Amino acid sequence: MENQLKKNRQSPRKRIVNLLVHILLAVLALIWVLPIVWIVLTSFRAEPGAYTNTFLPAGYTLNNYVKLLTDRNVLNFPKMFMNTFIIAICSCAVSTFFVLSVSYSLSRMRFKFRKPYMNLAMILGLFPGFMTMIAQYFILKAMGLTEGASIRIGLIVVYCACTGLGFQISKGFFDTISKSIDEAAIIDGATQWQVFTRITMPLSKPIIIYTVMTSFIAPWVDFIFAKVLCRANSDQFTVAIGLWNMLQKEYIYQWYTCFAAGAVLISIPIAILFLYMQRFYVEGMSGAVKG
Amino acid sequence: MKEDRINVRNALIHGDLYTKLSAVFMGAGMLWHGQRIKGILVFILEAAFWFYMITAGFLNLGMLPSLGTQEQGKVWNEAKQIYEYTAGDNSQQILLAGVITCFVIAAIVMLWILQLRHSYHLQKQIERGEKVPGFKQDIKSLFDGNLHITLMTLPCIGILIFNIVPLVYMISMAFTTYSKENDHLILFDWDGLHQFLRVLNMNGNIGRQFWHVLAWTIVWAIFATFLNYILGMILAMVINRKDTKGKAFWRFCFVLSIAVPQFVTLMIMNIMLQPSGAVNVLLKNLGLIKESIPFWTNATIARITIIVINLWVGIPYTMLQVTGILQNIPAELYEASKMDGAGPVRTFFRITLPYMLFVTTPYLIASFVGNINNFNVIYLLSGGGPTYVGDTAGQTDLLVTWLYKLTIEQQYYNLGAVIGIMTFVILTIITLITYRNSSSYKNEEAFM
Repeated sequence: MENQLKKNRQSPRKRIVNLLVHILLAVLALIWVLPIVWIVLTSFRAEPGAYTNTFLPAGYTLNNYVKLLTDRNVLNFPKMFMNTFIIAICSCAVSTFFVLSVSYSLSRMRFKFRKPYMNLAMILGLFPGFMTMIAQYFILKAMGLTEGASIRIGLIVVYCACTGLGFQISKGFFDTISKSIDEAAIIDGATQWQVFTRITMPLSKPIIIYTVMTSFIAPWVDFIFAKVLCRANSDQFTVAIGLWNMLQKEYIYQWYTCFAAGAVLISIPIAILFLYMQRFYVEGMSGAVKG
Repeated sequence: MKEDRINVRNALIHGDLYTKLSAVFMGAGMLWHGQRIKGILVFILEAAFWFYMITAGFLNLGMLPSLGTQEQGKVWNEAKQIYEYTAGDNSQQILLAGVITCFVIAAIVMLWILQLRHSYHLQKQIERGEKVPGFKQDIKSLFDGNLHITLMTLPCIGILIFNIVPLVYMISMAFTTYSKENDHLILFDWDGLHQFLRVLNMNGNIGRQFWHVLAWTIVWAIFATFLNYILGMILAMVINRKDTKGKAFWRFCFVLSIAVPQFVTLMIMNIMLQPSGAVNVLLKNLGLIKESIPFWTNATIARITIIVINLWVGIPYTMLQVTGILQNIPAELYEASKMDGAGPVRTFFRITLPYMLFVTTPYLIASFVGNINNFNVIYLLSGGGPTYVGDTAGQTDLLVTWLYKLTIEQQYYNLGAVIGIMTFVILTIITLITYRNSSSYKNEEAFM
């Protein structure tokens, strides 16, 4: 009732503005959602090839998914999926530990190396990421991590090694946790290690989840370093290289609709993870800005 | 008392016999001053260092000035009827080994200073009659007062090996002839500032491309950063308006596009905008165009397309990030401007934008840097194309994508390294200027 009354009280001008705003939002939302809908439709498209004469598919089928998951001769998607999964689990464990350790130390401990470390991280961040890529490859080669199954270890090492530089968001989070709890615990005889593991960590669930998820997602979406490191070792490919390959000239006609299916399959879990953690992302952002 | 200060000079002048001895036999001072285990560990490290230097280190250093001279040889073997290759020097490996040796030496020098100071410190403690902490206590302190050492050692080693060493290695490549040009891929030499001059020289082929790419990189970064920022902010404000219905639904629609992995959406966009791709088909079916729009083959259209698609990618991010901050703007400011009769546009430019700029300058700088180094968008959309004949850089290449092409595809490693260094220099200048002029740096007090 009350809502009805309020609506009636609005001036006609305001009502037109509101209508226009909603139409605008609807148009924009359509633009943003359309490519995603299109790729989902393409993944069910019956006719092969990247280009067709119609915008919407003429016929629908599930064969693209079947082919993607069962055809193991040309592009072995299930194998790529397992490769990426193993890499993601390992690198997620290590890099979460790295990020949390570094950001906790920078937020809570005071030591000589603290300011220089933060400045160094800023300076290193200004170099283009690819500059180090070739050299990293040579170093891994010297370590013997560029052949056969050890490529996997090489990739894990590379995905984890420099995560200690990405401490900003979680440091921002730790900065917002009150220090008085720590101080009370230390007066009661707790060591710094106990404060870290028993007090700060249980209070930091959001940022732990955020860090775990971002580092889990990274190997799924990186295709550049994986491509440089795997080269032609097709049994070590990750999902991202596989999808990239499906769009190359020699495969695109046969594999385009399968590419769409693969894209949908890996996007669903990542999208769910992302939608779940966007809350922490926003909180971390505003924390980092405040700090 | 001057000699009470713990530093290397005092340790060498006023240290007792064992402290002085540890200048040669590292760890000796600790060993005799009651920290046996630590002393022995340090000594083992020193022994390992000398072992490394004698077996490989000196050789590596010795090769560094020449970067190798022995060419790979090819000898015809009559008996087997094949060419036999004799191993030559590989300059790339020599350079890497040399750089690593330099880092090892730097590390041992650091350890030398630390152990000398520590030994002098222990000596002083004993002279004052204090108790020297034992090994167990040291271990305990690693989980208490020195926890940061425990936590940060591994991450720092990772950064050192996989970021700093590679960077130094790449930077040193810029001063060599390591390139496919003139066939210097296996054996190359130091080259001074030659490549830098080539890149900066506006009349040469490489120099012309460099200035072109640089100009487009900066134009791109400005458009990508500020358009995304302002439009994303407006979108966030429109969604957060009091009268907008279904806020969560609208937000979900936009966030969905970030939730899908970026490289997937970008590859899809690339296919959709091909001459016979979905967009052209749709427009033709609707009767709006007869000929396909050359989204990727016309330089100007390609540039505009990339900026527009980047809006598609970036606006939801900005919306997500600024939503929380927008709600922090003091309501009094808005009320005051309403009283003064300001319209929504005026309010936006006089209140919202200045406030947001004030709070989010660090974020803006970060996203500007991110855009200059934005590899994915360019590489996956246009691949840097269209490229003119004889050029290595395409019309939409940024410095980073050009760097990628020069190193990975063309194997012009020295030029690539120079481009990387130039990118760093440009970013440093821009960051410093904007940061020092930003109001949040000049005045850390609150807004207003």
